[in-house]
Amino acid sequence: MKRHLLEAADLDRADATLVLDTAAQIDAALAGREVKKLPTLRGRTVVNLFFEDSTRTRISFELAAKRLSADVINFSAKGSSVSKGESLKDTALTLEAMGSDAIVVRHHASGAPHRLASWVKGSVVNAGDGTHEHPTQALLDAYTIRQRLGRLEGVRVALVGDVLHSRVARSNVGLLHTLGAEVTVVAPPTLVPVGVGSWPVEVSYDLDAVLPKADVVMMLRVQAERMTASFFPSAREYSRRYGLDARRMATLPDDAIVMHPGPMNRGMEIAAEVADSVRSTIVEQVGNGVSVRMAVLYLLLGGRSE
Amino acid sequence: MTNYLIKGAKPYGGEAADIFLKDGRIASIGEHLRVPGADVIDAAGLVALPGLVDLHTHLREPGREDAETVETGSRAAALGGFTAVHAMANTDPVADTAGVVEQVWRLGQQAGLVDVVPVGAVTVGLKGERLAELGAMADSAARVRVFSDDGMCVSDPALMRRALEYVKAFDGVVAQHAEEPRLTVGAQMHEGDRSARLGLAGWPAAAEEAIIARDVLLAGHVGARLHVCHVSTAGSVELLRWAKARGVQVTAEVTPHHLLLTDACAEGYDPVFKVNPPLRTAEDVAALRAGLADGTIDAVATDHAPHAVEDKESEWAAARPGMLGLEQALSVVVETMVETGLLDWAGVADRMSVRPAVIGRLTEQGRPLAPGEPANLLLLDPSTRATVDPAALASRSRNSPYAGRELPGRVVATFLRGVPTVLDGKAQK
Repeated sequence: MKRHLLEAADLDRADATLVLDTAAQIDAALAGREVKKLPTLRGRTVVNLFFEDSTRTRISFELAAKRLSADVINFSAKGSSVSKGESLKDTALTLEAMGSDAIVVRHHASGAPHRLASWVKGSVVNAGDGTHEHPTQALLDAYTIRQRLGRLEGVRVALVGDVLHSRVARSNVGLLHTLGAEVTVVAPPTLVPVGVGSWPVEVSYDLDAVLPKADVVMMLRVQAERMTASFFPSAREYSRRYGLDARRMATLPDDAIVMHPGPMNRGMEIAAEVADSVRSTIVEQVGNGVSVRMAVLYLLLGGRSE
Repeated sequence: MTNYLIKGAKPYGGEAADIFLKDGRIASIGEHLRVPGADVIDAAGLVALPGLVDLHTHLREPGREDAETVETGSRAAALGGFTAVHAMANTDPVADTAGVVEQVWRLGQQAGLVDVVPVGAVTVGLKGERLAELGAMADSAARVRVFSDDGMCVSDPALMRRALEYVKAFDGVVAQHAEEPRLTVGAQMHEGDRSARLGLAGWPAAAEEAIIARDVLLAGHVGARLHVCHVSTAGSVELLRWAKARGVQVTAEVTPHHLLLTDACAEGYDPVFKVNPPLRTAEDVAALRAGLADGTIDAVATDHAPHAVEDKESEWAAARPGMLGLEQALSVVVETMVETGLLDWAGVADRMSVRPAVIGRLTEQGRPLAPGEPANLLLLDPSTRATVDPAALASRSRNSPYAGRELPGRVVATFLRGVPTVLDGKAQK
């Protein structure tokens, strides 16, 4: 493993598989135990450095670090020195001087974790940067697919929605390709990046044509502000053309699953009856997120000597 | 004043000759000149070129003297072989009145290292709403002939038309920063394969080309001069070629960094490579070099853009766009145009001195190396290669995209009206 996890490309197939296998071992080790805690990272300090509100991702990382017995510090940009104009570099150096071993960073600017990694000695884990990547989300998605379908090689994944602005999409495209899955991105043309031709994916504008051949449908959140910028005419039209409702779900193969990274816009990109159906893995994804993030922190920090 | 006898230099890279500088002019050029009392400069193996003229420099004064001053920028320019630089108008306060342009002009005179030629803003405060007092700036001591809102595009087509027309009265030119603002909201880098993967908002080539297409039509319609700043795309070169073939009075410049670097530099997210317009693809670079070689692009202009450390040592989106250029411009042109065989030394002189001086209507700059002409020239050692160290630059800022890169050519001496501003590669004040 590399010292940092900044993007899906940091993981080759062996590393990615190691993360998933480690997460499975952690799940097995903790299954049925009353005290869900391992002593692996005792005495280590993990900082959650969040420049963007993301309660669920922060809690997931916090729980993962605590279950490995690490000390956890949550540093939120709001109400801190950052809101008084402190630079990213000064924040990073301050946290390092306090003895952090790993920094988990969420930032609104693409590439901010890369900059951070060039300034600190410890490990940096990207917990979502702008419209770039969110690699632990892709890992937990891959873990979930493997758990449900038993494999990743050759699995056909439809990635549906705002691909242009989605860090989840970029990480999933990279990681799923590394792991041998076949990805089709499905979106209105306005939400597919110029340059998608260099991605290892098929591109479709027609959700109905893709669904019968999909083993996995991964729905992406569509932000309300895209509507005012003419990416599509209205929420209703988007929902009609690219939303996953019960009728569309019925065209999927029997074993196909439906995923969503959350938070969902019920009634927009996904209908409530789909989100709550037996095909849906949305709740499992949340639980798997903790296991996968434990595996990442363990592999980045646990393997190294003091 | 001291007179100089330059021994054995090669004017335009041709046959070695001696050049005698007397009273600010080139007195004579010939073999084995003997001039008692003159300071002799051994220039064996050095190429002599007319002093370079930059159409596009940001000197940051007034307003951001922590990033650059007229004096430090003038020193960087002299070290780069320049004898004249046009100082862009996006200072604080903006150079949109006779008072500000005269202040910048006077600071340049005081520094005395290059002719600092102020550019006037086209619109008040660069806001793109109403014309600044262009005539007052033209009539001022600074004698402004180039007008630009650089950094901002004069995007309103009616306002652009009026500006083009109005400056005809004093033989001025509007230098357009071609960027359709509605197509570049939040843009961070060239829109293409790399922006798609890096998740940085794209700056499409079409946003530049759409404005150039519109402006050459406007300039042709009203019979005015148009200059296009920092052309960056293959499509822009095609449009310029088309417009020139139709007889439109359009000129254009390309920066050294667009001749050398590509959007691959954005990998790693180091904002020292963030610039506006952004670094483009290898195909664009090839088209720009070809356009400069065949004269479709008239000039190399640096777009020297110093920034304080804190404005670059940040996440990409928060960083200010721009990079240093004055001290390495000639080296980059040697690397990309001379060593590739695209331009000879006379071609370099044409694109970096003669044509920019004509565009800026500077009568005493960009003149040939010939007896009777002003003694504005540089001596270049083309055989040296050196690695760029930002800490060693004369600029007050350190945001050089060439840090750690080996480039050919070293400016050994620069003369401004017969006075050495650089000797032995060192600034003389």
